[in-house]
Amino acid sequence: MNEYNFAYLDEQTKRMIRRAILKGLAVPGYQVPFASREMPMPYGWGTGGVQVSAATLTPDDTFKVIDQGADDTTNAVSIRKFFENTAGVETTEETEKATVIQTRHRIPEAKLREDQIIVYQVPIPEPLRFLEPRETETRKMHSLEEYGLMHVKLYEDISQHGAISTAYAYPVMVSDRYVMDPSPIPKFDNPKLEMDAIQLFGAGREQRIYAVPPHTKVVSLDFEDYPFEATKADHPCDLCGAEDSYLDEVIMDDAGNRMFVCSDTDYCRSRREAGHKGRLAEENAA
Amino acid sequence: MTAQSQFSGGFQNAPVQAAHAFRAAMTVMARPGEIRTLAGGEAPQPLSVAAGTLLLTLCDPDTKVHLAGAANTEAVREWLSFHTGAQLSAASEADFAVGTWSELGPLGAYRIGTSEYPDRSATLIVECDVLQQAGAQLRGPGIKDTAHLSLPDIPALQANAALYPLGCDFFFTCGDQVAALPRSTQISAEA
Repeated sequence: MNEYNFAYLDEQTKRMIRRAILKGLAVPGYQVPFASREMPMPYGWGTGGVQVSAATLTPDDTFKVIDQGADDTTNAVSIRKFFENTAGVETTEETEKATVIQTRHRIPEAKLREDQIIVYQVPIPEPLRFLEPRETETRKMHSLEEYGLMHVKLYEDISQHGAISTAYAYPVMVSDRYVMDPSPIPKFDNPKLEMDAIQLFGAGREQRIYAVPPHTKVVSLDFEDYPFEATKADHPCDLCGAEDSYLDEVIMDDAGNRMFVCSDTDYCRSRREAGHKGRLAEENAA
Repeated sequence: MTAQSQFSGGFQNAPVQAAHAFRAAMTVMARPGEIRTLAGGEAPQPLSVAAGTLLLTLCDPDTKVHLAGAANTEAVREWLSFHTGAQLSAASEADFAVGTWSELGPLGAYRIGTSEYPDRSATLIVECDVLQQAGAQLRGPGIKDTAHLSLPDIPALQANAALYPLGCDFFFTCGDQVAALPRSTQISAEA
């Protein structure tokens, strides 16, 4: 498609985003304001992630998009097509083959490599926003490293529910300085935030970009007597039998039958191709 | 020949070359101690290929650039202004500064950001005679265990890192090679 500049955005916009990414990498976990553009998709559909991807992609890249772990949902398919059309990049559903991965709300099960980049779509980048609605105040709290309110919130979870009930967008401390929202990934994925790949976060509506360089210390907030726990549904995958992957629960009928399947479709497919079978695998194949 | 150097030396295919150049710049900023090739642009002497390419990739009318010492020539000013539209400024207002370490002068002259907006700090492009993975020992975000990089002035860069989360960020350029040092990196002299 020659009607568009490479990767859709104009060069000046890409430079502005690129400068923000570099500052984000220099101050891990700090949210860099940027002049987010309108994209040809609604807010909440990954406009931030798309802008970061557009500024990051080169024609040599292989691009993968996942939405809640799945390569084949509407959001993932349309963003993948968007960059096939405007950037002419190769796309893939295989985590192994991708060099840039845009994700909504999951980190792939396969361990990411040094030469990979993962771009997160972020709805609300400010971890303190639901505790303090004023941007002027949350900005001051970050500058003063004043995160007591977040610990009070986690404490109230414990006093009300007996455990920290936050299950996704679980706050983390990055490089001992900034509390960061890892985007609404399940807390099962939090330990993977210390990875070999470069992690970039884009929030289009909220106009923020932030980043976590490889091998950066990322600690999920917790208490000594209530340590952080990465939880998942206590089942194996019903299709591939994996016991180590994050699962989605699928209601099968009105009688209350349900199945658990890997949320990472590529991981599940590659396991099934390798011959692994879950409880409902036969039935499903028939 | 002034006119020729002013109009030449830009990207031939800006979107693609800038994308490759940014990936190299991003990779080194995310992995302090790594050295990458950065080419595509050619600024007039005395700027290196890597420094010229960085300016083309990151600067535009929204950024203020400080040309330090020998980099501040008529030819460089005209080239920068033609290709990027960036405004020239004093060190104290610059978003980007280019020059050798001694020409760039004391780091106190540059913006280090504010506690609420640490991103509003200068990025210095330091021209070096040598660039190698030896010398100062680096630790911190982006580094698995430790890395090494030849740095021009360890005490000054340690003082900059001590300002974290404020401080300047650095690219080191030598020919078509580039490395970077964000403020988050802890530096110690090689034992």
